[in-house]
Amino acid sequence: MKIRRKSKEQALEELTIESGENAIANKEVEGLTQWQIIRRRFFKHKAAVASLIFLTFIIVFVFSAVDANFGPIKTKGWWKWSPDDLPDLRFGDCPNDTIGCPTISLVPKFLGGAGIGLGEHPFGQDDIGRDYFSLVMKGTQRSIQVMFIIGFFAAIIGTVVGAVAGYYRGVVDNVLMRFTDFIITIPAVIVGSVIGAKFGNLGAIILAVYLGLFAWTGLSRLVRGEFLTLREREFVDAARVAGASTRRIIFKHILPNAVGVIIVSVTLLLSGAILLETALSYLGFGVVPPDVSLGLLINQYQDAFTTRPFLFWYPGFFIVSIALSINFIGDGLRDAFDPRQKRKITKKEKQNARAIARNQA
Amino acid sequence: MLAFIARRIGVLFLILFGSSFILYNLAAIAGDPIGELRFSDDPEIQAQIRELEEFLRLDVPPPLRYFIWLRGVLGIFTGNLDLGLTRLRLPVSGEIATAMPITIRLVIFATIFAIIVGIALGIVTALRQYSRFDYSMTFFAFLLFSLPIFWVAVLLKQYLAIQFNTFLSDPQITTSWKIGIGLVGSIFWASLLGSKRGNFWKVFAIVFVATFAFLTFVDEANWLTDPALGPVLIGLLAVGIAFGITYLSTGFGNKAALYASLTMAPLTVISYFVVSNSLNSSSSIPQLLRYALITIIVAVAVALGFARIDRGPVVRTTIITALLSGHLIIVDKFMQTWKPYMEEGSVSFRPIPTLGQAKELLTPNEFWISTLDILVHLFLPTIALTLISFAGYIRYSRGTLLEVLNQDYIRTARAKGLNERTVIMRHAFRNTLIPLTTIMVVDFAGIVGGAIITERVFGWYGMGTLFNRAITSQDLNLLMGVFFITATLAVMANLIADLLYSALDPRIRVGSGK
Repeated sequence: MKIRRKSKEQALEELTIESGENAIANKEVEGLTQWQIIRRRFFKHKAAVASLIFLTFIIVFVFSAVDANFGPIKTKGWWKWSPDDLPDLRFGDCPNDTIGCPTISLVPKFLGGAGIGLGEHPFGQDDIGRDYFSLVMKGTQRSIQVMFIIGFFAAIIGTVVGAVAGYYRGVVDNVLMRFTDFIITIPAVIVGSVIGAKFGNLGAIILAVYLGLFAWTGLSRLVRGEFLTLREREFVDAARVAGASTRRIIFKHILPNAVGVIIVSVTLLLSGAILLETALSYLGFGVVPPDVSLGLLINQYQDAFTTRPFLFWYPGFFIVSIALSINFIGDGLRDAFDPRQKRKITKKEKQNARAIARNQA
Repeated sequence: MLAFIARRIGVLFLILFGSSFILYNLAAIAGDPIGELRFSDDPEIQAQIRELEEFLRLDVPPPLRYFIWLRGVLGIFTGNLDLGLTRLRLPVSGEIATAMPITIRLVIFATIFAIIVGIALGIVTALRQYSRFDYSMTFFAFLLFSLPIFWVAVLLKQYLAIQFNTFLSDPQITTSWKIGIGLVGSIFWASLLGSKRGNFWKVFAIVFVATFAFLTFVDEANWLTDPALGPVLIGLLAVGIAFGITYLSTGFGNKAALYASLTMAPLTVISYFVVSNSLNSSSSIPQLLRYALITIIVAVAVALGFARIDRGPVVRTTIITALLSGHLIIVDKFMQTWKPYMEEGSVSFRPIPTLGQAKELLTPNEFWISTLDILVHLFLPTIALTLISFAGYIRYSRGTLLEVLNQDYIRTARAKGLNERTVIMRHAFRNTLIPLTTIMVVDFAGIVGGAIITERVFGWYGMGTLFNRAITSQDLNLLMGVFFITATLAVMANLIADLLYSALDPRIRVGSGK
């Protein structure tokens, strides 16, 4: 066997390059606060930033397009039709003799298309002529609302249960964790269906609250684990010796250190929530007519796929793009919060480091 | 250890008791079993309602009624489990006994595929961290995470079933399709296998030519309507399998393993002629298992003949090779069955079904045709379930392997001069499997609950359908029966996962220290 032996200089050079690489990583965080470092790391994750912009755009677009309710505040939409309007069905000038085909056009005129424009009914019309664009907008509003409500309740309950269990340990921990196990054994779809079959009629908001009451289990386990480690750390002892109350220790000292885990898993929980809501609505146990949701729209028009596939594509597109961008944001947040995260060092930076090392030698 | 298991089982019963109590009351309060009857104008309605109330024991408030149900369930210890009657006066346990095997059939292949493909891709992405392949697989995994299964299912039905069936009625693979499929396949394999630039184009060219040639062959030989492998192809494929498995498990350096595996190729061809007559319409699963056993015995004998020292790895490699090449004979048999199956009356040349779990066949007792029928019906649901569940395995096995590769024992293994294959397959991969095992077990339990939507979309009559019926017809006993099975599976899976973990990883000792 041939053994390659490095010359002394080579070995030295490699050593300096390695410390040079560390120097690159350290230099970036000099004189920055924790949050500044995290924000910087997050903004380096291009897919996550793009997803964040995209998701914000979708939310603003969807909630401004048709009338929306935020509790007592009602806003007026800029789109000319609302889901309750019954315009005339469009016949003719549709391919394959279908009715109510979409008028949206994305091919510009100079490429031989009809020019970029929405037209009368951009996503087409449904069986009775309702404007499908406004239906999809309304459905997306519902799905987003349900998603955030589930996320909100799950985040609060999960954090509190996990924090209390992890901080107090012993009997409290045992009782709370066994209670969590109860909830985990019941599959989400089963709980959802049982709740949905009853509370679906009471409206999407109530349904979302109830689903949120069952969605916190995974988070509480993670938070508990985090609290179990953090409570043994010196700064907690220091706070306790300084006479801080239990509440202050939990919320001021430990919780800010666990916030990374919480934010990341809540983000991922949100993408699970929108899929749960659409799946339940699809099964008929979630949002029920006359209300609209994305899963419900797909359920109603799946049979029309062969003749009028647009009735199926648009709601699906919104589900997938919302869930996908949330997943990417979660990935970016995880990278940003994880202190062990090793950044990829680019070739250019390596060359620079090598040049510096050579100069030093 | 025993004390630990006993305590865990005790807690397990408590959990089952608690969650079933919660669900029972939730469902009883949420539902109104006689709601529909209230609005009926039948003159006999009062009597009907009274009879139903008596049958469902509605006079007892739900928290107490739960214990009536529980008494039947506890009968499991005396040997007569009683899950009560459904509203159609049928025993719940009977309904579950017919539904459960169907659901298991639905999910088992998907789970196995998801595990194999997911782990393989996860490992490759970890080895090529931050490469373009890694980024595209990450994107792909996130995309699959975000797909609702009911949406995927409709797409699959349209493109993989309806349009594919239409294509099969007159299968002509055009040159543009050959080039298209060739390009996609070669880009995939090249980024998977080629680590350096020159290597990339070499793999790209080989795969492209191979795919093109294969598709031309499929087209020319009418494989889409009348496929068969034949002894020559079986022999060639068996040689390929022998090389592949030997490379992955011991490397070509181990001559004994290589020769023993290669010996399996001619043996496979010989057994093809020996066995092909006995693989007829009266074949059965036990018969195939018997053949598998004989294959293993022969493989062990051959391996022991070739290997003088360090026999373990050689025997293992040969057995895997022999079983895989033996499968070629079965695959060939199925391929030969394809044409008669297409000619079946209820199939009539549209073989990929969109709904249902089996067809009414003209020749119901023909083993190969009815098995092929079951497999064909599994085609779409398996693809859908695999697609949405293997993304998790990619991400998870990638993360675990990256963590393992940072460990000191990997550095030690490299430092003592082991080649990269041994480091990855023996030292890193095996340790990656430990946390993965727990995920697999828990995942399999959860997938039964998740099959509800899949069954609805594909029109299967399994546990999901039972559950659906229980909800829509307000059938509390049926609901609790379904829940009892899925919840028991879930908690058992958790227990098994914990025990497996401690069995696989000697650093973890469950039950000690407390």
